Amino acid sequence: MKQRNPVNLTLVYLALIGYGFSVIYPMFLMVISSFKETREIFQSPFALPENWQFENYLTAWNQGNFSTYFGNSVFVTVTSLVLVLTIGSLAAYPLGRYQFRGKQALMMYFLAGLMLPVRLGILPLFFLMRSLNLLNTPWSLIFLYAASGMPFTIFILSNFFETLPRELEEAARIDGASELRIYWQVMLPLVRPALATVAIFNFIPWWNDFFFPLIFIRAERYRTLPLGLFSFFGERQNDWALLFSGLTITALPLLVLYLFASKQIISGLTSGALK
Amino acid sequence: MANSQTVTSRRGRKLSPFWRYAPFWLPAFVLYSIFIVYPLATAVGYSLFAWDGLQRGAFVGLDNFVTLLTEDPWRRNLWRAFRHNIAFFAGTMLVQNTLALFFAVVLHSLKRGRQFWQNLFFMPHLLSTVLVGILWDLILNPLFGPLNQALRMLENGISNILGVVGINASIKLAYPWLGLPETALATIVVVNAWAWLSFPMMIFLANLGSIPKGYLEAATLDGANNWQVFRHIQLPLLRPAITIVSVLTFIGNFNAFELIFVMAGSGGSPGGSTDVLGTFFYRTAFGTGSERIAIGSALAVLMFSFIALTSFIALRIFRSEKVVYD
Repeated sequence: MKQRNPVNLTLVYLALIGYGFSVIYPMFLMVISSFKETREIFQSPFALPENWQFENYLTAWNQGNFSTYFGNSVFVTVTSLVLVLTIGSLAAYPLGRYQFRGKQALMMYFLAGLMLPVRLGILPLFFLMRSLNLLNTPWSLIFLYAASGMPFTIFILSNFFETLPRELEEAARIDGASELRIYWQVMLPLVRPALATVAIFNFIPWWNDFFFPLIFIRAERYRTLPLGLFSFFGERQNDWALLFSGLTITALPLLVLYLFASKQIISGLTSGALK
Repeated sequence: MANSQTVTSRRGRKLSPFWRYAPFWLPAFVLYSIFIVYPLATAVGYSLFAWDGLQRGAFVGLDNFVTLLTEDPWRRNLWRAFRHNIAFFAGTMLVQNTLALFFAVVLHSLKRGRQFWQNLFFMPHLLSTVLVGILWDLILNPLFGPLNQALRMLENGISNILGVVGINASIKLAYPWLGLPETALATIVVVNAWAWLSFPMMIFLANLGSIPKGYLEAATLDGANNWQVFRHIQLPLLRPAITIVSVLTFIGNFNAFELIFVMAGSGGSPGGSTDVLGTFFYRTAFGTGSERIAIGSALAVLMFSFIALTSFIALRIFRSEKVVYD
């Protein structure tokens, strides 16, 4: 490879450290500010907290309603994941394993969704949710997320089902197992890695989504974290200590997850946008 | 095998495999058809009718599009937003994607620690756009924000040093970045780049990894320096990544909404200087005007057609030559 002179190498590391600093420092400020009093954030923004105000988190969690927002976000993302994984893997199973008339058309129909921008349909979608009485309920988000996750889920899982060996299934069939039983007890356990990929890929955009909650959800008690955070920001503009605690509460689950699964998350998010 | 089997249904009619597997694919089909296909299929239809509030009126053909493109305030708002989207795209290409390319080349040349830097740079990408917007709104606060506090310290430091030398000048570095029409959009471009940079970087890195090492070695043996290797070998071979990054940036920037909505409101403050098509659409479609559905739908269709058509043409032109390593 290229030979490096020490000057170049120093410049390279200066650039990397400089940019790394600009990435990490705003998040660092966010976390240390969340432990200060608002007055202290204003007066000495860069210092570590004089007294660590853990009660900021209690206040944000209880009075700031972050417990509700957090609960809603967990409920919406988990339910959507369960829905997309069960219904999506059911559909992917025959599409991946069998040849039959109409299969190609069905596959094309599902995969078209990979290229369609859901937001183009936001006005009809709004009317649809209204007439189904789903507006202002978490189910508007759950059904939309699960439906929008369907193309990618079916795409990944059907490819995975295709690669599984025939022998297992034939043994089960000779034993008289029904098709549904073969899917559930023999095939599904074998595609677990692909289920995890799909789950990670879908979880992060749903957890972070702001647009659809903004359009569909009004009631305080159904707000998810991003929407709750936004309304909190509007109502408590001057209470910076609580704002920073709220920001940290919202960021924390993903940053913790990232510590354990950075590789899967990076490949999931980049491949997803390249779909 | 089950492939071409047909099973006889209870009434004695043959059930084709398509229908026999229906219990498997039907739930997904129904969910996807109702919540994705149906709204998208009807979106264009919406734009072809007159609307009074939420009530659909007569079929009016392309009238809504004509109103949007020729009558103020729609026309004025549309072109202003369009110009801001162009600026947003140009700024992002210049700041975010150039830096992303730089860091991709740097990381690619590292012998150790690439994974570490990659993981570090990727972190902001995990955060919700709302979170990024609010965090930076606080950091950029004109009075109490850490950025301006740091800049004011720097101002004092510089004037003190200049004072020692005998020059009496006041330096101004702290500005209300999001409050000035001249700087607001550029500031949002930088914040957006902060959140997104690692994404184009990963695409560039993947492309760099696919260039055979022998090419670079041969050039180095011939006496090329680092810049020459980059300029004459890596850059031309990065064309696929540059194309895809440009198109994805274009699509992303012309759909931009959340970050601007959070940092500058639905009106694109100050004074509409950050208003883009996304915020214009939101204001129109979910505002209070009686024509909101009519004009909003026309705007959605117009935006989608423009984005799809431009991306398609760009891909056709720039992707036509495949890079082949032989």
